[in-house]
Amino acid sequence: MLTEIKTLIAKDFRLEFRQKQTIYGILLYLVSTIFIAHLAFVNAISPETWNSLFWIILLFVAVNGISKSFIQENPCRQLYYYTISSPQAALLSKIIYNFFLMSALSALSFVFFLLLMGNPVVHIPLFLATLALGSLALSSVLTLVAAIASRAGHSFSLMAILAFPIVLPFLSVLMKLSRLALTSTRWQGSGSLFLILIAVNLSVIMIAYLLFPYLWKD
Amino acid sequence: MNKRDYWKFITCALLLYSVVAGFLVEIPETMIGQAMRNLFFHVGMWFAMLAMLTTSFVYSLRYLKKFDEKQDIIAVEAAQVGLMFGVLGILTGMLWARFTWGSFWVKDPKLNGVAVGMFIYLAYLVLRGSVDDRGKKAKIGAVYNIFAFPLWIVFVLVMPRLSGESIHPGTESSPILPNHLEPSLRLVFYPAMIGWILLGFWILQLGVRIRKIEISNDQ
Repeated sequence: MLTEIKTLIAKDFRLEFRQKQTIYGILLYLVSTIFIAHLAFVNAISPETWNSLFWIILLFVAVNGISKSFIQENPCRQLYYYTISSPQAALLSKIIYNFFLMSALSALSFVFFLLLMGNPVVHIPLFLATLALGSLALSSVLTLVAAIASRAGHSFSLMAILAFPIVLPFLSVLMKLSRLALTSTRWQGSGSLFLILIAVNLSVIMIAYLLFPYLWKD
Repeated sequence: MNKRDYWKFITCALLLYSVVAGFLVEIPETMIGQAMRNLFFHVGMWFAMLAMLTTSFVYSLRYLKKFDEKQDIIAVEAAQVGLMFGVLGILTGMLWARFTWGSFWVKDPKLNGVAVGMFIYLAYLVLRGSVDDRGKKAKIGAVYNIFAFPLWIVFVLVMPRLSGESIHPGTESSPILPNHLEPSLRLVFYPAMIGWILLGFWILQLGVRIRKIEISNDQ
């Protein structure tokens, strides 16, 4: 199982490296969206606006980036994977790979937000921890939704309407956490939020683990 | 007349009683006065919705276990009836909110949770609509339903209690509604809740029958 997952992740990285245009596409999407936000606000924005804008843009980037997970490769090759790997390994490798992807994308959008929208974050470690957990939450929920959407004729709008309502529980906690990072320099009050986030996240991964085999083959 | 249908008489009796008693019962002095009577109708919608969506979840689980189309019909019909109760709950709640809080919609964890629930089940119906093959539709729909329902429960039932910032009654920090209802109101409240839930199951049964007839006509 472990070697299977490792091989599949390595395959995903190699695939990404060979099809560079998709990753460049997502990066361009990210940067241009932030730039639009930069142009849309004439004056400096309040930390509250910064926070909401950041998470909304990150959500769209995540949906965009992860929706390709199961449609990148042609159906014939997908058929080949059915024969050599277990569905659980396929799901876990995709979640881990998307976690790396999301971490990179969220770090990048943080950098671009700092550049273009100013820096209201007063507690950087807390904010970075929130970003890491947010990447995990987004990647685990969106990976299963991407699998569902790909089975139903993979349209981007379908992915979005399926994903937005079930990502919201996470997003509300994440926004609360990052609001803390924007207002105080202490860790106080973040512990219970982290706990909720981790607990819900683990159960989501578990449910996805149990459900994915039903989606793996037609 | 089927003997197993006695519960429909109970439904009628309970609802008739709760509507009549709901308008006649003596209302204790609170800030919201006579608007308190909405309790018997608005809360009933949510109980029925929760019962329907839980039914939908359970039958989706059973579908994935047996791959029997009947289970899937019940799951999708229950989701639809749940959505209908959700809309009714929002409408009755909006009237109440206008009276109590001054506007039709306020930013509150409970209200947000319910709106999200509506989005989830509308998305569920859209997802089913976008697949043609019946077996595939049922399987994908069941997977989404099972994935989304626990998350929704966390969002609507667990998180408002943890954050403790809801102004909506039914949470510990309620400013208006006493958590311990007056005994006289309880006598109306509980029968009304049971009545609305039973009504939900009645509508569900009719919906399932209609769907089955439609399917057998197609074949």
